[in-house]
Amino acid sequence: MNMLNNNTDFLLSIENLTVSFDGFKAVDDLNLYVDENEIHVIIGPNGAGKTTVLDLICGRTRSTDGSIKFRNKELTDMREHEIVREGVGRKFQNPSIYEDLTVFENLELSFPRGRSVWGALTFQRDQDVKARVQEIADMVFLDDLLDKQAALLSHGQKQWLEIGMLLIQDPELLMLDEPVAGMSVSERKQTAKLLNEITKGRSVMVVEHDMKFVEDIAHRVTVLHQGRILSEGSMAKVQADPKVIDVYLGH
Amino acid sequence: MTSFKSFMSRQELIGILVIAAVLFVVMPLAMDIFRLNLFGKYLTYAFVAVGLVLCWGKCGILSLGQGVFFGLGGYCMAMYLKLEASTPEATAIQSTPGIPDFMDWNQITALPWFWEPFNSLTFTLLAIIIVPAVFAFIIGAAMFKRRVGGVYFAIITQAIAAILTILIIGQQGYTGGVNGITDLRTLKGWDIRTDEAKYILYYVNGALLIAVLLLSQIVLKSKLGRLLVAVRDQEDRVRFSGYDVSNIKIFVFCFAAVLSAIGGAMFTLQVGFMSPSFVGIVPSIEMVIFCAVGGRLSIFGAVYGTLLVNWAKTTFSETFPELWLFGLGALFIAVVLIFPNGLSGLYQSYLAPLVNRVASTGKRRGRQDTAPPPSSGFGADTSAKAAE
Repeated sequence: MNMLNNNTDFLLSIENLTVSFDGFKAVDDLNLYVDENEIHVIIGPNGAGKTTVLDLICGRTRSTDGSIKFRNKELTDMREHEIVREGVGRKFQNPSIYEDLTVFENLELSFPRGRSVWGALTFQRDQDVKARVQEIADMVFLDDLLDKQAALLSHGQKQWLEIGMLLIQDPELLMLDEPVAGMSVSERKQTAKLLNEITKGRSVMVVEHDMKFVEDIAHRVTVLHQGRILSEGSMAKVQADPKVIDVYLGH
Repeated sequence: MTSFKSFMSRQELIGILVIAAVLFVVMPLAMDIFRLNLFGKYLTYAFVAVGLVLCWGKCGILSLGQGVFFGLGGYCMAMYLKLEASTPEATAIQSTPGIPDFMDWNQITALPWFWEPFNSLTFTLLAIIIVPAVFAFIIGAAMFKRRVGGVYFAIITQAIAAILTILIIGQQGYTGGVNGITDLRTLKGWDIRTDEAKYILYYVNGALLIAVLLLSQIVLKSKLGRLLVAVRDQEDRVRFSGYDVSNIKIFVFCFAAVLSAIGGAMFTLQVGFMSPSFVGIVPSIEMVIFCAVGGRLSIFGAVYGTLLVNWAKTTFSETFPELWLFGLGALFIAVVLIFPNGLSGLYQSYLAPLVNRVASTGKRRGRQDTAPPPSSGFGADTSAKAAE
């Protein structure tokens, strides 16, 4: 194993990360760093390995080689729920919420308390929980819909609910996979506003195709291509890079 | 009072009171002791069905091997009763007096070590709970930690049911083989075969069922109950919210196993024997059908479903023995295709609105229930109507 023991000041440092599926290297010797309070956007053509990188960080996919350190803690051999408890939150591409439960219950289940079997059995819906659920619901524009069954929400509202479910856990690193996909124009604007709001005091990694949206939010952009980094830097720098224009942005 | 409301809605309270009334008043008045004992036997399956509501209906884990746990509970009870019936005096004609008769027939000359502790009633009662719980924990940990789920889990549980049946039949000298453990007589000197004892056992059984329903209600109304539904709907989201999903699944599987075992122990006490024909694949699948017919989301529905199917089984198999299995298959298909939420689903969509309109004079608009709300007491009417 290629275990580098040098500690860094980065919140997240990915070094020499490789994952291969039957010989196909979806992510190939990747090095990527995320600063505190940074909004880091990953873009790239389909199949570039963007979602795989997020999957590797949150433990959904196991790496073949390399290291992922979060606050200098190695994540590659931790299980998913342990990584979450370290402070890494992950939003999926399709809204994954509990459709049979109400908005309130969706948020309540995400509240970071009573996560063991016994803890869940003895969990009390006290003022702390209610206040926090209300606070998050206000943030994600769902405060009027707390009693509504989640299945009845619109697509955009479901996306917001899932973001809310992550926010209530107050993660230090928030990973969002195409947060505005399938949203209407007005919902996109609201989401950009929401993201600017929630990124205060935490780092965010976003995978996104919508270049306008990326331009609005990104501090730093990484362009992936065939599992490798094609270009990295500010949005302006990346957009001017001829390699990026070639394979992704187009002329 | 507020804490009670969050534990049980008025509809659910009515539901449990109606079940209690049916069990403790209506049935004992309406039936002679032979029929009542039969009804008590059906009720023991209701324990399994209630467990399946939590495990399968709520959490989405389909177990086709609940007969295993029913059998473990039943066999634990039977072993105790058999030892009590096998005093040296009662078995004086055997070549080795003092051991169960089937052991003697199989040329076994000393009581096997694992039978020894079953001389103690305390041990037996603990074993009825602990043995299935530990067994379910081992299966659950082996499967769920490796993320085996869905149809694969169902097939494996079915295989375990088959294996246990074969094991019991094969180890005739230790288990009584295909005949099971029969000729059970007394419990601490109290003859369980008299009419009076049957009445008492019937009431004990009923009280235990009510207790199990209340216990399940506690689980379902806690955050854990909502987590079960969440695991069923979006397992990954639960995992990525910081929960160890496998532990939740192991818990609910063990819980269902313990309920089944209690049912099995009560079965042995009321029916007077235990055999591998209540352990294997067919009874395990029947138990799933009981649950499905009653409504796999409702613990009350599951009780009525069990009673209805068993009543139908007894009635039809008396008249058309060869047609019963086809009837059962047709019933299952009908449930899956036409009323997927079973009797309680039918009640919820057709009867509940009527009942509510009649009953609600005041304005009582609580928080929307998490899952489709369970059937209330009028499920009894539904099952009675469906039975006609």
